[in-house]
Amino acid sequence: MPNRALFLKLLSAAILFGAWEVAGRIPVSFAFPTFLESMRALFAMTLDGTIFTAYAETLKPLAIGVAISAVLGIAIGLWVGLSNTFDWLFSPIFIVMQAAPLAALIPLLVLAYGIGLTSKVLVVCIMAMPVIVLNTSGAVRNTPESFKEMGRSFLASETSIILRIIIPAASPVIFAGLRLGISAGFIGAILSELKITPTGVGDIITYSRSIADYPSMYAAIFSIILLAVLFLNLLEKIEVTLFKGNQRDYVSN
Amino acid sequence: MTMSQTKETLTAAGAAEFESAVSARNISKNYGEVEALRDMSLEFPRGQLTSLLGPSGCGKTTLLKIIAGLLEPSSGEIEVNGKRVTGPGPDRAFVFQDFALLPWATVLRNVAFGLEMRGVAASEREARAEKYIKEVGLAGFENSYPHELSGGMRQRVGLARALAVDAQVLLMDEPFSAVDEQTRRKFQEDLLQLVQNENKTFIFVTHSIEEAVYVSDQIAILLPRPSRVSEIIRPSSFRNKGVDNIRRDPEYLDIVDEIWASLRSYVE
Repeated sequence: MPNRALFLKLLSAAILFGAWEVAGRIPVSFAFPTFLESMRALFAMTLDGTIFTAYAETLKPLAIGVAISAVLGIAIGLWVGLSNTFDWLFSPIFIVMQAAPLAALIPLLVLAYGIGLTSKVLVVCIMAMPVIVLNTSGAVRNTPESFKEMGRSFLASETSIILRIIIPAASPVIFAGLRLGISAGFIGAILSELKITPTGVGDIITYSRSIADYPSMYAAIFSIILLAVLFLNLLEKIEVTLFKGNQRDYVSN
Repeated sequence: MTMSQTKETLTAAGAAEFESAVSARNISKNYGEVEALRDMSLEFPRGQLTSLLGPSGCGKTTLLKIIAGLLEPSSGEIEVNGKRVTGPGPDRAFVFQDFALLPWATVLRNVAFGLEMRGVAASEREARAEKYIKEVGLAGFENSYPHELSGGMRQRVGLARALAVDAQVLLMDEPFSAVDEQTRRKFQEDLLQLVQNENKTFIFVTHSIEEAVYVSDQIAILLPRPSRVSEIIRPSSFRNKGVDNIRRDPEYLDIVDEIWASLRSYVE
């Protein structure tokens, strides 16, 4: 029942935005604007093009970082999942990366790579990659043994077993990792603009706060969340198209 | 009479009377300290169905997987049509206990999997897969996904996949243990048809005495700790009396009782 699902999603959004509106009207803080004020600010920024110029800047490290994290993350994850040696070699690095307090490490990155695009891309990657690698390797290692035996007994080559059996079998968890990783990448992109140099959306947030234009600040934050949600929905569509039967697992007898 | 003598006389008789499609010679398999199979020899007559029957832990699935080339024996060798087995080959196809169907692939693609791996062109493998889907009674479900099928239907897909590659030897690892009793009886009847119609050698692992006696031309009783072939039984009289009469045939009932008598002490 897609209509019911859509209705519930809209209801959930309405409750969230309603609560925001109420909280803004009380107000909970002088620095917290209402939902409508923020939307008005977003509308204004859309009209004068500020938001597009900002995203042209922000999307650069975000897109590059997310692309690198997805491709490299899945590749390393496969490798780590298929070989014990690489598991021991690489897994600790990504576990440390995932647990590291990134904000504290940013000065080190700036020292090494400057304040340009490289550092920002790295921040996005550090945020996004570990969960992609760890999910992929875990899923690959947990491929049901009987699937692999089936492949071997029907004469599948090693490559075919990886491409036709292991990757599709791991795909739900790989995609779960991608969703988490990419959301983290969005956070990383904004974090890098707040902590390294204020450009793009990070610049709108920093600047609006400095001149106490809180509706614009929250409009910018809202827009990045909206973009992330849209992107994650797109990812879900891709997953459903690629691996249709995986949507539901076996029904019990 | 000791067990080893029984084994020797029976395998000697079997070898004299029938041509073997598959021979297991002095197979041992150890998992570290654990001895799964010890020095097991067994002949599988061509064109017939041989069951491996025994209590759990007797190594029947291990032996089947060694024949399939999925496991390496610690010592001994398997010969299929006179050729030594070193790994999985086109002369053998496997039917799995848990079906092992790819959930993201349709029935058609699952059945065609073996052909796809052998490099058969798409149009030809689909035509062949469709033929076998029809043969196992799943016509109309070509584009369904495994999760949309019942347990029995899923195993029919597994069977069609194994038939589609047209291997001479069909290895079945407790294929009916995960389906309900009624479906199971239907499967057993269909299996008898299949053995008769297809000129294939079937090796069938089961833990059900009735099932083994019902479907087999030859039953190898395996006993555990250490694993060995204790007895080979060849039912003779009821095979051609029709599927409906087998279960009340005196010989059928006697063999079932006899096997239970020899297995009873091994069941906790």
